[in-house]
Amino acid sequence: MPLNTEPNIAKPDDFYQDLIDLHRDLSDEQSQAVNAKLVLVLANHIGDAQILREAMTIARGDR
Amino acid sequence: MLQTYAYPEFDYVQSDEQKNGETKRHQAVVIGAGPIGLTTALEFAKQGIKTVVLDDNNTVSIGSRAVCYAKRPLEIWDRLGCAQPMIDKGVVWKVGKVFRDEDQVYQFDLLPEDDHKIPAFINLQQYYLEEYMIERCKDFADLIDIRWKSKVISIKNAADGSHAALQVETPDGVYPVEAEWVVACDGANSDTRKMMDMEFEGQFFQDRFLIADVVMKADFPAERWFWFNPPFHRNQSVLLHMQSDDVWRIDFQLGWDADPEEEKKPENVIPRLKAMLGEDKEFELEWVSVYQFACRRMKDFRNGRVFFAGDAAHQVSPFGARGANTGVQDIDNLGWKLKLVIDGKAPESLLDTYSEERVFAADDNLMNSTRSTDFITPKSDVSRVFRDAVLDLAEDHAFARPLVNSGRLSTPTPYADSSLNTIDGDTFAGLMSPGTNCSDAPITQNGENGWFLNAIGERFIALVFDTDPDITSLDINGIACDVMVVGKDIVDAKGRLAERYDAQPGTTYLIRPDQHVAARWRDFDQNAITAAVKRATAQG
Repeated sequence: MPLNTEPNIAKPDDFYQDLIDLHRDLSDEQSQAVNAKLVLVLANHIGDAQILREAMTIARGDR
Repeated sequence: MLQTYAYPEFDYVQSDEQKNGETKRHQAVVIGAGPIGLTTALEFAKQGIKTVVLDDNNTVSIGSRAVCYAKRPLEIWDRLGCAQPMIDKGVVWKVGKVFRDEDQVYQFDLLPEDDHKIPAFINLQQYYLEEYMIERCKDFADLIDIRWKSKVISIKNAADGSHAALQVETPDGVYPVEAEWVVACDGANSDTRKMMDMEFEGQFFQDRFLIADVVMKADFPAERWFWFNPPFHRNQSVLLHMQSDDVWRIDFQLGWDADPEEEKKPENVIPRLKAMLGEDKEFELEWVSVYQFACRRMKDFRNGRVFFAGDAAHQVSPFGARGANTGVQDIDNLGWKLKLVIDGKAPESLLDTYSEERVFAADDNLMNSTRSTDFITPKSDVSRVFRDAVLDLAEDHAFARPLVNSGRLSTPTPYADSSLNTIDGDTFAGLMSPGTNCSDAPITQNGENGWFLNAIGERFIALVFDTDPDITSLDINGIACDVMVVGKDIVDAKGRLAERYDAQPGTTYLIRPDQHVAARWRDFDQNAITAAVKRATAQG
């Protein structure tokens, strides 16, 4: 199963707001830590090395 | 400082050849009587190769140095007849604790796989290990000649390629030595390597550690403790692990900029230990040293008649106990190949596969040790952010714990792409693919309980499961390959052998003399075995 890059979030505006709210009142340093933990939690949920590599490629914008 | 160990002093004896002023050509010369050099002497003796060992000192390792010995090297030493005293004297810890700042992040319990003769690892001071090997060498007095206080001051390959010529300095002066084959086991600062102008390739990482042996009689728990950024040693890591005789080994990471001479002064070490162990803990300092390392290897582990092994050939960080452990496996790989070439049963090109296979293993070790150092000492801000995120999550979430890398214990590297392997034609499950070291299992042989690895020893074996091909041995151009039938010659006492080798009736494995799988099939086929033995000896 390849990485799903089609829209997959039912309520995109809700998700986006949750993401921004997650960082409210945090310093840049704290935000960076939260983002890192979020990446790790989600990566573990996905598990599949191939999908993770595809996601990393997209995130870096090398393609 | 306290001494729990009395260092033996070995007698220097002037060799007859130096006394008589003659130049002798020896079958093999080993440079360095450390763990790898002594393993070489024992391996060569087992193969029937006569060896002179030259060492510039006359005692064993000063201080504990290499501490942790993993299963595969212990299996090799068991084959060489010296593992038992190591295992008896060594200690095994089961509980590991990981700390960060002031807090414990988590603890784990090692649950090693059942039904192996040799434990997953032991902790033991290096001086005991060397002492037991030197003792074992005495059983091969006609094959092993250890010469103490004998320093090699020059070495070169003869122009015609027939031997190596050495100059050896002893308390009685300098004398020449010739050797058909040389194994340089003279450590990270190998003079042999320098004298042959063979420098290291690449340099990925370097660091310094303060290492201390501390005697604690109080009932300190038998556990391995690892600290990230502890309050008593900020921005660095610290490792505490147990050894025998109530000696504990503590490694403080110092960073490359530290001043080694300043750091190892007891007045600087003791406050650190007190901060770590607690003001009231009673301890005595036995030995302190500063250890520095780089992650790197030689391009090629062979130069004509000279082989390089252990730290002389490759160096890694101490995380994961990859130094001595991989060096022992270098020799496991070299011994049988050299014997076949000396006996004219295999072409000299077989010796190049020593470098091929062990360079592959060294790269695997370098990769693993670089990964550990990247976790322990993050090289960028974002790397530190992720490292700290992993440690934050590990406390409450099991998923993050496998990401914590405080060193991965050394395991053998399968020679996955070796030119000596025969590629599978049949389908197999499990770990025993060609190039992999054989897994042990409990067996019975002649009605007695034993172990598979002891039964196969150091020869080519065609292992056949539950089918008798009515042949006891094959002869492939002078190379014997003994047929061992499971269910007849040995009994798979607990079914572990069949399980670990994914066996069905007829399943056949070709096993190399270093107990690695060379080939496997679902049926016994004499022609296929013959071809695979030739391939495994660089003849096809």
